[in-house]
Amino acid sequence: MKSKVLLDKNALLRTINRITHEILEKNQGCSNLSLIGIRTRGIYLARRIQKNIKQIEKVDLPLGILDITMYRDDISKLKTAEIKKTEIPFDVNNMTIILIDDVMHTGRTTRAAIDAIMDLGRPKKIQLAVLVDRGNRELPIHPDYAGIHYTANPEEEVLVRLKEVDGKDEVIITGT
Amino acid sequence: MKWDRKDLLGIQELSKEEILFILDTAESFKDISKREIKKVPTLRGKTVITLFYEPSTRTRTSFEIAAKRLSADTINISASTSSYVKGETLKDTAKNLESMKPDAIVIRHSMPGAPHMLSKIIDSSVINGGDGAHEHPTQALLDLFTMREKKGKIDGLKVAIIGDLSHSRVARSNIFALTKFKTEIVCSGPPTMIPPHLEDLGVKVEYDINKAVLDADVIMMLRIQKERGGVSYIPSIKEYSTIYGLRKEHVEKAKNDVIIMHPGPMNRGVEITDEVADGPYSVIFDQVENGVAVRMAILFLLIGGEA
Repeated sequence: MKSKVLLDKNALLRTINRITHEILEKNQGCSNLSLIGIRTRGIYLARRIQKNIKQIEKVDLPLGILDITMYRDDISKLKTAEIKKTEIPFDVNNMTIILIDDVMHTGRTTRAAIDAIMDLGRPKKIQLAVLVDRGNRELPIHPDYAGIHYTANPEEEVLVRLKEVDGKDEVIITGT
Repeated sequence: MKWDRKDLLGIQELSKEEILFILDTAESFKDISKREIKKVPTLRGKTVITLFYEPSTRTRTSFEIAAKRLSADTINISASTSSYVKGETLKDTAKNLESMKPDAIVIRHSMPGAPHMLSKIIDSSVINGGDGAHEHPTQALLDLFTMREKKGKIDGLKVAIIGDLSHSRVARSNIFALTKFKTEIVCSGPPTMIPPHLEDLGVKVEYDINKAVLDADVIMMLRIQKERGGVSYIPSIKEYSTIYGLRKEHVEKAKNDVIIMHPGPMNRGVEITDEVADGPYSVIFDQVENGVAVRMAILFLLIGGEA
């Protein structure tokens, strides 16, 4: 199967840095801000953004991990869904939450994530940051911060690889 | 892991991997009960019937709460208020309930094998909520969950099970579960309450409770099953409680961080003293708390996805 590189290591790092700055710019700093990464790769992106913000603003933002399986709209169609832990060690009430995912596609994951967060409290705002927006939305949901827009064909797969889980940093397109 | 069972009938047929998968799934569900909004939409549109031919407080409430926290609808049927009193057979009752399209039926019955029979004649998932003196799988799963939570592991534990072994489905399911791990199990009770060939299940029998609890990590107390004629196996309740009732002096012979378990309902002053039941080593109410998480996991695995 052919594959092409959408973002190489350096481009990926620059993109995460840019998203970090956009978050700080849009929110005029980082007071009242917290980060929630969607399993699995959203967690590592969230940790990198957290680290960037610490370097820039000298502030450790609270970071949570969200497993959206219980909130999926196709849960009854799945053979076996493995449910992993949601760990949000802070009060979401009145927070501005930056929800972080690797690839945005139909919008269904985001919908599930928003519902999951709302069940934990009433945040002031939820903003969405994604590394790749591959288009093809099925719900009226759009990211506030997108690393790169790439309109993928349905048969193409956008794979985000991160050092922490995959051993290397890159974004590739397969099935072209 | 791929889960492809329709029913949960007993522990005996489960693999160690399946047991661990259930416990891991339950970990994720445990947090939901601690939130302000104790509900997730996971089983929206599903229906769970509890069909209980024997009395129950914990198991039935626990199943109902578990189902409701997953957004399933629940209907409770007790034998005393059902057509059972008009002479309807279990099979007919089940067939009738099946016609109303429930996704799962939790059944408790005094007849061993009742859930197994049901599972062959209906398409809904069947969960054994206790069948006679045979099995009580969800109790054993919540017991293992509690042991793992408190001890950080199951392998390597020494577990003393004390009381009316011959009539206890809880003991049987726990023995089936624990023998799949590297555990040491010691059973103790009056000889009349220890079934012959119990050792064949992979446990030791020790009639002296003082020796049974020695260096135990877990002491699991059982109730005398009065409804199964338990009292006729002992000279008197008083004598039983003197010899086999768990007191502080027994707890002191176990490991320093021993946990005391009881599936409930407790007969205080018979198999366990107040001092021990309410003491620092007791995890009896943790068991109840964990029961909800384990039953949420079971319901999710059985009826959550595509059959």
